[in-house]
Amino acid sequence: MSEQHRPSDLHLGRIAYRRRQTVRSVLLAALSTAVVGGALVIGVTGAPGWDRVKGSFFDLDIARKAFPQVIEGLWLNIRLLVVCTIAALALGLLVAVARTLRGPVFFPLRALATGYTYTFRGLPLIIVLYVFTLGVPGLRLQGMPSVLVLGGATLVIVYGAYLAEVIRAGIESVHPSQLAAARSLGLTYRQTMRHVVLPQAVRRVTPALLNDAVALQKDVGLVSLAGPIDAVRAAQIDSAYYTNFTPYIVAGVLFVLLALPLIGVTDWVTLRAARRQSAGA
Amino acid sequence: MLLSCENVRKTFGSTVVLDNLSLQVDEHEVVALIGASGSGKSTLLRCINLLTEIDDGTIRLDDEDITDPKANPDQVRRRIGMVFQSYNLFPHMSVLRNITLAPDKVHGRGAVEIRQQAMQWLERVGLADKADSYPDRLSGGQQQRVAIVRALVNSPRLLLLDEVTSALDPELVGEVLTMIRGLKDDGMTMVLATHEMGFARQVADRVVFLDGGRVLEAGPPSQVLGDPVEPRTRQFLSRIIEAGRL
Repeated sequence: MSEQHRPSDLHLGRIAYRRRQTVRSVLLAALSTAVVGGALVIGVTGAPGWDRVKGSFFDLDIARKAFPQVIEGLWLNIRLLVVCTIAALALGLLVAVARTLRGPVFFPLRALATGYTYTFRGLPLIIVLYVFTLGVPGLRLQGMPSVLVLGGATLVIVYGAYLAEVIRAGIESVHPSQLAAARSLGLTYRQTMRHVVLPQAVRRVTPALLNDAVALQKDVGLVSLAGPIDAVRAAQIDSAYYTNFTPYIVAGVLFVLLALPLIGVTDWVTLRAARRQSAGA
Repeated sequence: MLLSCENVRKTFGSTVVLDNLSLQVDEHEVVALIGASGSGKSTLLRCINLLTEIDDGTIRLDDEDITDPKANPDQVRRRIGMVFQSYNLFPHMSVLRNITLAPDKVHGRGAVEIRQQAMQWLERVGLADKADSYPDRLSGGQQQRVAIVRALVNSPRLLLLDEVTSALDPELVGEVLTMIRGLKDDGMTMVLATHEMGFARQVADRVVFLDGGRVLEAGPPSQVLGDPVEPRTRQFLSRIIEAGRL
């Protein structure tokens, strides 16, 4: 293009109209936010019991004292989260692939994988946790791992079942023509899975996998039911000591802060996938 | 005889798709399969590549019975290239990786050599500048040419082309057909299912008309397309002419 396009008066009029509309919507949104926010603040702080609630939930002094213990507990959550997420992903991937194997030779493996996903998606996490951390050590076997390891194993086994189903959905969403193309090139089933199907499958379900990782982040705290002290358990202990609920708020804020990056990554990946899909169409 | 199909039968449920079909293809020969949709063209190609299991009969490649249950399908497919109607490029790989995947993983050839060969091919078909692009950035004609190169770098004995221009815009058909004509000049043995009668006439040594899973008529293009013996072939061709595709 040699000369710049000059919009017609008609189009300039449209642009000006849209701009006015945008300004109007922003003002309206700001106003309604202020009204709702103001009403909430007045409603809560003006409540008859506000002073008592403020003292027992938002005591800055206690927050400062409880902080070190809670953060120490949180460190356990983070370590468990990282290890369990990786292990559950690996388990989920294995089980998902096992469920797609065809042929009578693989029947036992397929049946085992199917039974596993059915059972552990149905069982409440807490029950599995009790069986693993209280029941299994009761066997008094040689070389029994610590309760923390058993608790971590519980999370891996339960979340592995969810992740396996997510990944399997991804595998099934890859069009059969991709398999045909790969096999026609002489790739074996294994090579086809490894280089053609799984990369596409995992890419497609990454948002769902990350969403499960966010859920796991909250559930890792449940191992504290078996003894290990995580952030929530540390907050509980401090609450009992100070007879004040503030440590819970401290833990809650820390959990949200911990989740933010993961949630951010999830949103970003989802957005990118949506963009790519619309570009590819 | 490079390829020999003998009394091949294939059914899907109660539908007989290939009915005692026999077809021989010599080395360097180009055979065009024509016929209405559902006449068994694509199914035959898929059976030759062992993507679909036949229900009876024998298919031989270089005198080896590839339909023997003891034959290793992966080994057989290494000797046969296949190109599909909808290209089926791997969307998560660059053009170059699409081409080098099989030579690398299946044939275990050296990375430098594979890359060189792939680039030579891409230059030959005028797509060298697309080597690092992803398939979704390419036009249909470009994608199909890449798919053909992907099949060719494995130096197949036989190339199967399944309606490779059917998904293309009319103005993109030419570039793919030109490429296939070049392969014929190289002496590549090809079996192609097609709706492009004009192309079948130009490129095929023999045209085979399939009807109801059987070879109804076969011979030189001028005879089968110009002066068919069977009434059913005449009927099919007149419909094609009406549709303006001859």
